[in-house]
Amino acid sequence: MPLTNRSEVVQPSELSWSERLYLPAILKGMFITFTHLFKRTPTVKYPEQKRDIAPVYRGQHVLKRDDAGAERCTACGLCAVACPAEAITMESAERNKGEESLYREEKYAKIYEINMLRCIFCGLCEEACPKEAIFLTDRIVPTTFNRGEFIYGKDKLVETLEERIDVSDRQRPEVLKFKEDKKHKHNKTFLDKTTTAKRGH
Amino acid sequence: MDPILLYKIILCVIVFAVSLGIAAYMTWGERKIAAVLQDRVGPDRAGPFGLFQPLADGLKMFMKEEMIPGASNKFLFILAPGFFMLTACMTSVVIPWGSGLEINGTVYPMQITDINIGLLYLLGVVSIGVYGIMIGGWASNNKYSLMGALRASSQMISYEVAMGLALIALVMWTGTLSLGEIARQQDAGWANVVYQPLGFLIFLICAFAETNRAPFDLPESESELVGGYHTEYSSMKLGFFLFAEYINMFISSAVLATLYWGGYNFPFQHELGLEGNTLAIIQTVVLFAKILIFIFIFMWVRWTLPRFRYDQLMNLGWKVLLPLAIANIFFTGIGMYLFGKLG
Repeated sequence: MPLTNRSEVVQPSELSWSERLYLPAILKGMFITFTHLFKRTPTVKYPEQKRDIAPVYRGQHVLKRDDAGAERCTACGLCAVACPAEAITMESAERNKGEESLYREEKYAKIYEINMLRCIFCGLCEEACPKEAIFLTDRIVPTTFNRGEFIYGKDKLVETLEERIDVSDRQRPEVLKFKEDKKHKHNKTFLDKTTTAKRGH
Repeated sequence: MDPILLYKIILCVIVFAVSLGIAAYMTWGERKIAAVLQDRVGPDRAGPFGLFQPLADGLKMFMKEEMIPGASNKFLFILAPGFFMLTACMTSVVIPWGSGLEINGTVYPMQITDINIGLLYLLGVVSIGVYGIMIGGWASNNKYSLMGALRASSQMISYEVAMGLALIALVMWTGTLSLGEIARQQDAGWANVVYQPLGFLIFLICAFAETNRAPFDLPESESELVGGYHTEYSSMKLGFFLFAEYINMFISSAVLATLYWGGYNFPFQHELGLEGNTLAIIQTVVLFAKILIFIFIFMWVRWTLPRFRYDQLMNLGWKVLLPLAIANIFFTGIGMYLFGKLG
């Protein structure tokens, strides 16, 4: 069954005299290339001109702080489990007295590293996070000259107090509802252990 | 100093500088036209519209590491690109760049030398151009370079035959070998392409082959081979080979414009009421416009037609163009008889 009506059965036949001259075909081809002189180029001149990206573009990650400025991440490790590329590693630590303004809950991530060379920017870490701590942003991971610099630690991932990163597009009601949905395995395991009342946004 | 001699020296320098400058900007034009024909932007980073790109390319060529193969014949290896460049520049002396400037009552022709065997000189120098390629390929002491040089030189020699025969028909029609005279004749009558359309077509195709341009760029075949005769060359020596090809292209365009498209003449030039030097300068501008159109055609064809296979190349040269050129001579003879141009 033909998929399109554009197909044509080619029958090899002797070339006619005008075909054997090749000149009509050459002129036809030259005409086609000539018309391209007047076509618009689809080029985007990158550094000066940037292509619009989707509001939910998945670029470099950010570790959010809450409104008071404390880190939201509790080093539960769900993002690392969810990560199909195994790009995330972390080490947890217990919050000491006097650090309440730094860390939101009793446990926090002492080390939190994402290997940007392994990361496939699928966004499953964001989906898995029960604390609204990790988000992908529309920032593009810049290139460097050695592999080591692609392992982003907390120094690069955690947002600074001065420069908060807006992720409100990623926290629409549907998204938040999705995170509460017990249908998903990671929500179930987490929500069973804790009470939903404790979760504040 | 004799004013004529001084004038000739100045003209020589101008023609040399202009052909180098145009060849340099042809590399930019080539990349720009290639880009536009393929719906791309092309070089636009170095200066406005990328106009400083030739400077950047030249600087790059000079900065590259210079490699001379240990087993090569060093004298010939260094001689070859210079020789190729020399023959490329030599042809420009017989081309009439304009009718003539009148300064202090003396008319100075805008042609470095109007030798009465100009066409013969042109063909001779073009033939010598093969030596640059052959010496380069041979001196590299690399079998692939040598094979590339053989391919290039056999192609050039094959197409010179048809080119020469196409010119013979033109010489029969115009009755002169001097390029200045051919240009002057076209002032009075029609451009020669009206009388010699087939000859023009053959000459055009042969010009593509002689300058190693697509679709006859087998000597280089940059998308298939490492390189042809210039495989072992690097730095500015390679640059010379590539640059000389652009000069060849410029000169070929000038020859095509002069021989077949009226040279510096343009229609109704005497009805404009212009005279003397103004007209001469406009004529030179017109000639350069014609040359630029031919250069554009060279590039346009390159980005339209795919490369020939080697046997197709030889078939076209020997089995199609050569008989056609001979037939053209025959028909030109008949035409001359009918128009009463004989004797």
